[in-house]
Amino acid sequence: MDGNIFTLQDFMFFTKAITYLVIVAALIAFPAFWLFLTDRDE
Amino acid sequence: MAISRRKFLGWMGAAGLGATVGKSAHAASNKHFEGYPDSPGVLHDIVRCVGCRSCEAACNSVNQLPPPEQSFKDLTVLDRKRRTDAKTYTVVNRFETESGGNAPIFVKNQCNHCLEPACASACFVHAFTKTKEGAVIYDESVCVGCRYCMIACPFEIPTYEYDKALTPRVMKCTLCHPRLLEGKLPGCVEVCPTEALTFGRREDLLNIARERIRRQPDRYIDQIYGENEMGGTSWLYIAGTPFRELGKREDLGLTPAPALTAGALGAVPIVVGLWPVLLTGIYAVSQRKDKIAREEQSEAIADAVAASKEDAAAELKKVLAMKEKEKETAINMAVKKALEEAAKAQEEEAAKAQEEEAAEPPQDDPESKPTEEDS
Amino acid sequence: MSDTKATTGGSLFTPFNMVAGLILLVGGAITVLRFTGGLGAVTNLSDYNPWGLWIGFDLLVGVALAAGGYVTSAACYIFGLKRFHSAVRPAILTGFLGYALVVFALHYDVGRPWRLPYPFIVQPGTTSVLFEVGACVALYLTVLFVEYSTAPLEWLGFKRARNLVVKLTLVLTIFGVVLSTLHQSSLGALYLIAPSKLHPLWYSSYLPVYFFISSIIAGMSMVIFEGTMSHKYFHDKMDEAHLKEADGVVLGFGKAAAFLLFGYFVIKLVGLAVDNNWHHLATGWGLWFLVEMLGFVLLPCYLYAVGTRDKNIKMIRRTSLIAVLGIVLNRLNISLVAFNYHLPSSERYFPHWMEIAISLFIVTIGVLVFRFVVTRMPILYEHPDYKDAH
Repeated sequence: MDGNIFTLQDFMFFTKAITYLVIVAALIAFPAFWLFLTDRDE
Repeated sequence: MAISRRKFLGWMGAAGLGATVGKSAHAASNKHFEGYPDSPGVLHDIVRCVGCRSCEAACNSVNQLPPPEQSFKDLTVLDRKRRTDAKTYTVVNRFETESGGNAPIFVKNQCNHCLEPACASACFVHAFTKTKEGAVIYDESVCVGCRYCMIACPFEIPTYEYDKALTPRVMKCTLCHPRLLEGKLPGCVEVCPTEALTFGRREDLLNIARERIRRQPDRYIDQIYGENEMGGTSWLYIAGTPFRELGKREDLGLTPAPALTAGALGAVPIVVGLWPVLLTGIYAVSQRKDKIAREEQSEAIADAVAASKEDAAAELKKVLAMKEKEKETAINMAVKKALEEAAKAQEEEAAKAQEEEAAEPPQDDPESKPTEEDS
Repeated sequence: MSDTKATTGGSLFTPFNMVAGLILLVGGAITVLRFTGGLGAVTNLSDYNPWGLWIGFDLLVGVALAAGGYVTSAACYIFGLKRFHSAVRPAILTGFLGYALVVFALHYDVGRPWRLPYPFIVQPGTTSVLFEVGACVALYLTVLFVEYSTAPLEWLGFKRARNLVVKLTLVLTIFGVVLSTLHQSSLGALYLIAPSKLHPLWYSSYLPVYFFISSIIAGMSMVIFEGTMSHKYFHDKMDEAHLKEADGVVLGFGKAAAFLLFGYFVIKLVGLAVDNNWHHLATGWGLWFLVEMLGFVLLPCYLYAVGTRDKNIKMIRRTSLIAVLGIVLNRLNISLVAFNYHLPSSERYFPHWMEIAISLFIVTIGVLVFRFVVTRMPILYEHPDYKDAH
């Protein structure tokens, strides 16, 4: 039973937690990738 | 289970992603959840309730709530409509309706323990949990006191200790969760003298309710309140008069609370994913436009300079040819004059170009902005 | 408060200072009462009405009116409208103060303010819209602080730190717009969970979009309005560039706000259409809704447009006040007036005078800090050591 999710509330709780972690990683990755993309310009 | 999940809750736990990703939805798809199997609930048969307030008294004592201002034996309390408050988890109200022949109808009210609780969905510290025992329980040790749960609850159940300065809590019925874990009945159910309250598996309760409605169609209306309201509740009600006349709202809809905010919450990561791309793109385009403008400007200047230099040279030749024999100082003066004129022309040209630059494109830009940020 | 003189220098006992001092004294006394007697001692909040003026005004209105920071810096640094440059610093300062005061005000409203970081360090309630609002407001307050920090750093002469912050401008601006988009819209999304409590004319699944778009309008109108006030009281602090660009800022934002208001009106109509709420317009609630829509959306939209066409700076400046009041009205309608519309009047909420006093107290602190900063730091003018550094 521990491995299962029975309510939408719990499902959203777990999926949103992961989403938030993805968001934080993305916000750090964006500027880094932009620098990688443009550091040979000019 | 409630405990193990609780431990997950901190970001520390969230960092152990493996465990989370490993969790699978019980239902076949991720879109549909049926709630905990065999989870219990309570059926309130409003037709059977006699308004004795025994449930209120029992609730008060098992939950060690402060003593009431008026005794629980005093039925004049029923003369006015009451709601749950920080010292009362449950109240019985009396209704007299025309469709019920103006006979008194008693309705108990308390937390309905939603299958998909709005309070839990709204709480930003995850203080509310729907347990597999059916109860929606509250953890005061993390509560910040924002009272968003009270905004969210469609049944207007959670209450707040407004008079406490330092340790105010949200107060609401717990379905006697501690007693359920000990294998006991909720206080109100245990004490009810007329079996107006029945505790059992929610599935069984639904069947019992349907059976009563089927057997006595003249005493009951054909509706089980709580079966579907906002995704369904663990408390179920059957009555002989329409529920809207008994203080129960029938316009709540069937959408479970978490689904109401799912769309807005779902937009959050998309904005985070796309806004930086879009905004950096706009930035890069405007930078490029500036760069091209600058290049065009310097080209124009170079042209102007070249042109004026040619002019100056031609003029110089002319002057030289015409006034060959004049003094060198005079030639020098003419050259100086010509060069000065050239510089002036150049400056004017540049200023003109700049002005045009500054005046032209930005006029339209504020307009295009909203359309780009919209969506 | 705006009618009193805010000029500095001279006697400390100017009429403005006396009134402000009185408000601070009363606010201080109520603060003691709030944290000794609980919310019940100073508010009219109840179990039916858990959110009152401190959420409706201090949080919702406060955040909306502080939107000038992200709007102006986005216009200047992302959209490349360099002529808004002199407006960026005052807007960032207003934004920073606005958000700081919103967070300050929340300490009065929540039951246990010392637990405000709990959602982020103890137990995140990831399904909550409020969690998202809290996270974004906390992060954005930090972003605004860093963006604003160039002014005090120049004032104090910390060149290297200041130059480092300037290098981060673009990243900070984009970050600011992302966070603002999220929490401005999420403030509207807070009410999505209560369709049965908010009147259908104001409830819509588009609430987050409405809040976001109206926050841009609020931000632009606030920049114009705040500029008007600054011109009146801090004219001597403004440098040539600021004075030269000021009219352009008013015209540019006036024009943009007019078009935005038009779009906002259209999407509000769309909201009525998709939920088939037309019939509510014929009720008392509908009349009030029309007052908001016609008097505080279409009217400022039209006046902004006329002002833009005629290049009438004065008219645009005056219209900005109507637009700002429109935002205030909209937020209060959603949080207080149309919320709990189904309850009998005896159960409805009206703020206690002490709630109003605390809100005034907080606005006063904002005005005083703003005055302190602009009279000392390079906000309305460029620091002579850093000219042409942009």
